[in-house]
Amino acid sequence: MDVRVANVRKEFDRFPALHDVSLDIRSGELIALLGPSGSGKTTLLRLIAGLETPTRGAIYFGDEDASHRTIQERNVGFVFQHYALFRHMTVADNIGFGLKVRPGATRPPKVEIRKRARELLDLVQLSGLEDRYPAQLSGGQRQRVALARAMAIEPKVLLLDEPFGALDAQVRRELRRWLRDIHDATGHTTVFVTHDQEEALELADRVVVMSQGRIEQVGTADEVYDTPNSPFVYGFIGDSSSVPVKIEAGQVWIDERPIGLSVPAASNGDATLYFRPHDVELLDGCSGCIAGTVVASRRVAGTRRVELEFGGHQQRVEIELPVEHPAAQKSRVAFRPRRWKIFPQEA
Amino acid sequence: MNTAPADAGWRFRVPSVIPGFGLTLGFSLAYLTLIILIPLSGLVWRSAALGWTDFWAIAMDRRTVKALEISFGTAIIAAAVNVVFGTIVAWVLVRYRFPGRRIIDAMVDLPFALPTAVAGIALTSLYAPRGWIGSLLEPLGIKVAYSPLGIVVALIFIGLPFVVRTVQPIIEEIDKEVEEAAATLGASRFQTITRVLFPGLAPAIVTGFALAFARGVGEYGSVIFIAGNLPYVSEIAPLLIVIRLEEYDYAAATAIATIMLALSFVMLLVINLIQAWSRKRYG
Ligand SMILES: Nc1ncnc2c1ncn2[C@@H]1O[C@H](COP(=O)(O)OP(=O)(O)OP(=O)(O)O)[C@@H](O)[C@H]1O
Ligand SMILES: [Mg+2]
Repeated sequence: MDVRVANVRKEFDRFPALHDVSLDIRSGELIALLGPSGSGKTTLLRLIAGLETPTRGAIYFGDEDASHRTIQERNVGFVFQHYALFRHMTVADNIGFGLKVRPGATRPPKVEIRKRARELLDLVQLSGLEDRYPAQLSGGQRQRVALARAMAIEPKVLLLDEPFGALDAQVRRELRRWLRDIHDATGHTTVFVTHDQEEALELADRVVVMSQGRIEQVGTADEVYDTPNSPFVYGFIGDSSSVPVKIEAGQVWIDERPIGLSVPAASNGDATLYFRPHDVELLDGCSGCIAGTVVASRRVAGTRRVELEFGGHQQRVEIELPVEHPAAQKSRVAFRPRRWKIFPQEA
Repeated sequence: MNTAPADAGWRFRVPSVIPGFGLTLGFSLAYLTLIILIPLSGLVWRSAALGWTDFWAIAMDRRTVKALEISFGTAIIAAAVNVVFGTIVAWVLVRYRFPGRRIIDAMVDLPFALPTAVAGIALTSLYAPRGWIGSLLEPLGIKVAYSPLGIVVALIFIGLPFVVRTVQPIIEEIDKEVEEAAATLGASRFQTITRVLFPGLAPAIVTGFALAFARGVGEYGSVIFIAGNLPYVSEIAPLLIVIRLEEYDYAAATAIATIMLALSFVMLLVINLIQAWSRKRYG
């Protein structure tokens, strides 16, 4: 089922949590909503589920405006961040709940429901736990029960709010791979919210980067990482370094010196240069480069991160050097970003 | 009694890391002994002096049996009514915002605070055949004051806050997401309430029932004004005890009291066991 979010605005007591958000989700896609805390990820997810109504704009399921449908009719599976399992029901009853509350005509018989619950438990690798109560499960197990419960109703769209938020790194990685497998096996259109960019980039077909109630960029992992379209995305996804620069005569300048990068001549004025700390070219001489002295250096896994101080205003910038690079404290290093982007200074 | 640890097994719970288990348990036992156990065993002791046949004769006396029936019957009915309407009141107070909510919230506690005799007199004047409400009911052939129905009305009044105040905090604690989860799974509002929310409230409702019931069985002050106190019809057991005392028939008074005690204890114990059982399952 395609889901289309069209120019949706959501206010809570005049406070805009989402400004004019549009998003097309294709059938069968696995989409990640990524963004800092308070950026509106949960709000967007809840709007799709029908748990909130948009202040303006509409959400379409296929060609149909979903605002005319109640939550019950939307047939979405929603997995809450804190699972929201039914405490007084066994695992099997939790999973079977969505089938049990169906109106008489479409309700499968009891044995059928029980059988379906057992199949789903197999799918989420919890076979044999059907008679436990949620209080008797670990966090990761509850998470999987919540997912099985949401999938029991054969939803057209599966929505997960920080599905792995409360779990440790090891379990997260495991569940991540497993969610991908389940998605591939069932083909649900899936949207999940996460704080964790690694999770988003690794798992999703497309990543939706959000900030302050707006969608900053939508794209595959490669697109958002390699060609970020805003300073925010550059800074939020992966490591980045930035330097204030000036654009003049088709060149990028730092302190009245060109650094050897050319840009379209039209964009004169103050700007900021963004690049990845590891994506730099080290130079010997310096006619058109950024050169500075090492003021700090630390070892990060397979590389060395150094902080350079340069220019008359003692600006600092971080780059990565190979571990065997001889640069030590106070030594001079010259470089030029290999891949970079200029964003004009915000007004 | 209802806040006691609810482990039905015949073993101590493994003491938690919170220190002072021995000390607090010792203190609790000593305190309960002093405040509850010694006075009550005095009661049993007095009636034991009566001898089995005399005791049995008093217990089986038609007036005693009838008074006990009325006391327990009206208390159960009133507690049941309170469970239904008390839960609704608690729900409304927690879930809806409307002008005057705080005032209603405060009003719920009035039956706690009001001297019961005042309540009894007020209710009697309302429900008496010439009272505001009584005069409306009279043509319909419904007689409230001076009948068992009047006792039920008084006990409903007295017991309401027990249900509201035990259920209210639990409704406040209901996780909004649980309701939303039920809705996304296709449950109607009604199904959500009956299948998801209500079972979660059940332990609190049972507690509220137990408290309202216990209060109702022992209630004296408000009931004697509205009941009319006709033997065999609207005479409650506590009143019968007082009557026996006034006749200097201490043996009969203590015997009736002992029977009340035993019945109440058994009922409360059963309620507690139900609670323990449900808590064990749902954690
Ligand atoms: N029910 C509400 N009433 C008022 N404001 C709300 C409500 N829900 C969310 N907000 C506000 O809307 C903004 C977006 O909230 P949202 O929960 O969507 O953020 P989020 O991206 O999910 O954050 P997190 O990663 O911390 O969960 C926040 O500023 C929040 O304070
Ligand atoms: Mg959130």
